[in-house]
Formats: sequence, C-alpha cells, structure tokens
Amino acid sequence: MKDIANNWKDLPVGGVIDEPGTAINYETGDWRTLRPVHNKEKCINCLACWVYCPDAAIMLKDGKVEGIDLKHCKGCGICAQECPPKVKAIKMVEEADFR
Amino acid sequence: MGKTRVARTGNEAMAEAIRQINPDVVAAYPITPATEVMQIFATYVADGLVDTELVPTESEHSAMSAAIGSQVAGARTMTATSSQGLALMYEMLYIAAGLRLPLIMAEVNRALSAPINIHCDHSDTMGGRDAGWIQIFSENSQEAYDNLIQAVRIAEHKDVLLPIMVTTDGFIISHAMEAMEIYDDKDVRGFIGTYKPLLPALDHRNPITVGAIDFVDYYFEHRRAVAQAMINAKDVILEVGREFGRKFGQEYGFYEAYKLDDAEVAMVCLGSTAGTGKDAIDNLRKRGIKAGLLKIRVFRPFPAEELAARLRCVPQICVLDRSDALAATGGPLFAELLAAMYEDRSEHKIINRIYGLGGRDIKVGEIEELLSAQVSAAAGGKSIDRIAYLGVRE
Repeated sequence: MKDIANNWKDLPVGGVIDEPGTAINYETGDWRTLRPVHNKEKCINCLACWVYCPDAAIMLKDGKVEGIDLKHCKGCGICAQECPPKVKAIKMVEEADFR
Repeated sequence: MGKTRVARTGNEAMAEAIRQINPDVVAAYPITPATEVMQIFATYVADGLVDTELVPTESEHSAMSAAIGSQVAGARTMTATSSQGLALMYEMLYIAAGLRLPLIMAEVNRALSAPINIHCDHSDTMGGRDAGWIQIFSENSQEAYDNLIQAVRIAEHKDVLLPIMVTTDGFIISHAMEAMEIYDDKDVRGFIGTYKPLLPALDHRNPITVGAIDFVDYYFEHRRAVAQAMINAKDVILEVGREFGRKFGQEYGFYEAYKLDDAEVAMVCLGSTAGTGKDAIDNLRKRGIKAGLLKIRVFRPFPAEELAARLRCVPQICVLDRSDALAATGGPLFAELLAAMYEDRSEHKIINRIYGLGGRDIKVGEIEELLSAQVSAAAGGKSIDRIAYLGVRE
C-alpha cells in the first residue's frame, strides 16, 4: 500500500476516500491461502468466473479469460466452484506449493 | 431580537428548538421519556411547519443508522432518544463520531435496566461518554432549548465535525413545565446558518467512499484526528457560547458557578440537581455556612483544567453523581474531577455521593445536611465516608 499521508493532519476527514477507483492500489492478494490456476486449453470462455468473482480478479482480453489478477484475488474459490463441471478449467492450489 | 416568554416542558422546549433548526432529516424511534420530543415534532412535520423528512424507524439502532446515512449524504440530521434507546444505538454512536458527522441528538436522561425503570438518572448518557460525542447537560427547559440551538454551531464547526448530544433529566425537566424565553425563528436560523457538508456523498461529480476498511496502516491516524476534534471542541464551545450570549442575552461556558467565590464547601453536579442545589446553598448561607455550587454543563470534552482552576480555592468538594460507574471507585463525574484536581497543589478534600438512581428524588434538606456534615468533619467533627450512596435505604 502506498503512503497516502505522512501526518494524521493530512488525511481526509472521517476516513473518507475522496477519489474513485483507489481499490486497485490496495493489494489484497497476500490474504490468499489457495491460488486459482486457470487452464486456457480447457477454458470455454463462458465467463461464469468473471460474473461470480466478488472482486474483479478475472482478467479478460477480447472477451476471453486472460488469467487471474493475483495482486487482488483473495483465493475464495468461487471461480473454481462456478466453472462448469464438464470444463473444470480452474483449480485451487495451496499457496505453499508455489514457494 | 424578539423574545417570547412562554411556559414549556423540557420536551416541548427541545421540539421547539428542532422546529426552528428545521433539519433536513430527522430519524427516530420513540422511547420514554424522549418520545414526546418526536411526537410534538411529528405534528410540526404533518402541519407543514418544517421542511424535514421525518423517518420513523423500527429501532434506535436503525434510527442512528438512518441518521448516519442521511448525514453522510449531506443532510443536516437530528434524532432524539433515552435510556435503552441510546444503549441500542451504542455501536452506531462510535461510527457517527469516527465518520466525523455533526449529528445532533436530544437525549433525555433515564436509568438503564435492570430492573426496568423509566425515570431519571445519567447512566444512559454516561455509557456513551467515550464514544466521541460532545455531551452537554441542561439544568432546565431554557438551557435545553439554548443548548440545542448552540449544538448545531458546535457540531458543524470545521475544527470539530463531531456528533453532539444535549441532555435533559427525564421527567424532572422533560415533563415539568416552567417559564422560559423562546427566540424568533429568523434569529435562530440566522444564528445557526446553513449547513455546508464537507464531502456530501450525493455530490455525484465528486464520488467518495465512506466507511472504508482501515487496518494497521491508517486507523490510528484517523482516531488521532477524532481526538483532536474533541480537543478543538473546547474553544468552539466557548466561542459559540459567547456569541449566543451577545445575540440572545445569556452567555454559556463549560460550567456555571453559584456563590463559589468565597465557598469553604462546594457541591459539583450535572443537570437539574443544580436547581435543587442552589436552594440548599442559599439555606446553608443563611445558617452561616459558606457553601457554593459548580454545575458542569459540558461533560465531553471534559474541561479538566478550567474546573480545577475554578475549584482551586475551595477546600471541601462534594461530587454528586447521578449514575454509578460500578467501578468500585465511585461515580464517573467523581473519577473525572479527581483526575482533574490531581495536578493541583493545594489541599482538597473531595468526597462522592451517588444519588437519585432511577429517579429517586434528591431533596434540598439532604444536600444541606450533606454539605454541613462535610464542613463539620473538616473542622474535626464526626468523620464521614469518602464515597457513599445518598438517599438509599440502608
């Protein structure tokens, strides 16, 4: 998280965030214990994962799933759950396995 | 400056102040003894005497939540409650302060359950004393009315921006009628001015996020700012009190001192008991006892230095608490005043009496007896307890 003020006096009153779209600066990916791994070969681009993702962590390019924004994905697993059973293009993997 | 002399109960006086303030939104839920404030105000809404959107909610938690939402949107918002109602608002009280919303509340002091009781003590208001709300106590209908008008200016001041509650004593003030003066609508409206919210959420050209998560990174800085707002409130309360005096005739400060200058014993109290106390002081003076009274008007922020300075020359002090902190160390006012006097070098004897819980009357004679016993103990007579209960069967 970048510093928004060096002094409590410089913060907006009441903890208000006075500009839109700042959630992108707040990286929540390190909360994750399970990482969604997307398989482009299996994916049919139905975009169910994109619809259900409670963050905005499914990255699209030209209407197709490009990958997962791991700086913001918290690893809830909803994308893997909603991926159609016959497709199963997203697998949740222990973060520890990547270290 | 037009004034009209009228007879009003505390609740009527507060409803009159709210009518004159003409808030954008009022959100409330009825509870004895504050119900009448909103009942009367609702007739003003129904009769088209105000422009207020009145939101009747399903609970006090919802009333405070609706008030917070409305104030966030940019509307000047008020509410009224008592006792269990204030207790049900508890978590939202902190949110109103943390979001720096200048909400205004008419609070009618009433005991908390159990046992269930609808009469006056200060337990409800004391429960909110660390919530970040400014708290002003009133002795009578006139003060309730005057305080509520000043509350708007104090809460909305740019250096403060904190919610504020103005309290009266349940039934003793809220339902007792007395003579008072009300001011012309235009003068009151001129005094309070127009509300200009700092960052109204309904300003779609400048979108904001309110109530965002704030972990270890900035929560502390935001709370530090709330603390500063309460510190700043001290100057603003005095400034508004002086301006009120210039405009309407009665100046207000942190406290009122009654026959205190040469006092050898002084009682310190909040709210309506000051009225009873003044009679007791007069009687004691007739008997040759130099007694005085200090009525604390502003409990939050607590004017510790000013109180200590004013009481510096009074050797015997009796703090009367109309609530019990159940801390095994006396009442909340006693604890705060002791802390305030601690730095003072001179010798004081400070005692505490918890009285009037659940509306138990305190009588002129009881106060006389108490203060004369303290004077006599100081002169080497029969000793008295430091902390005790006054008026309880024992």
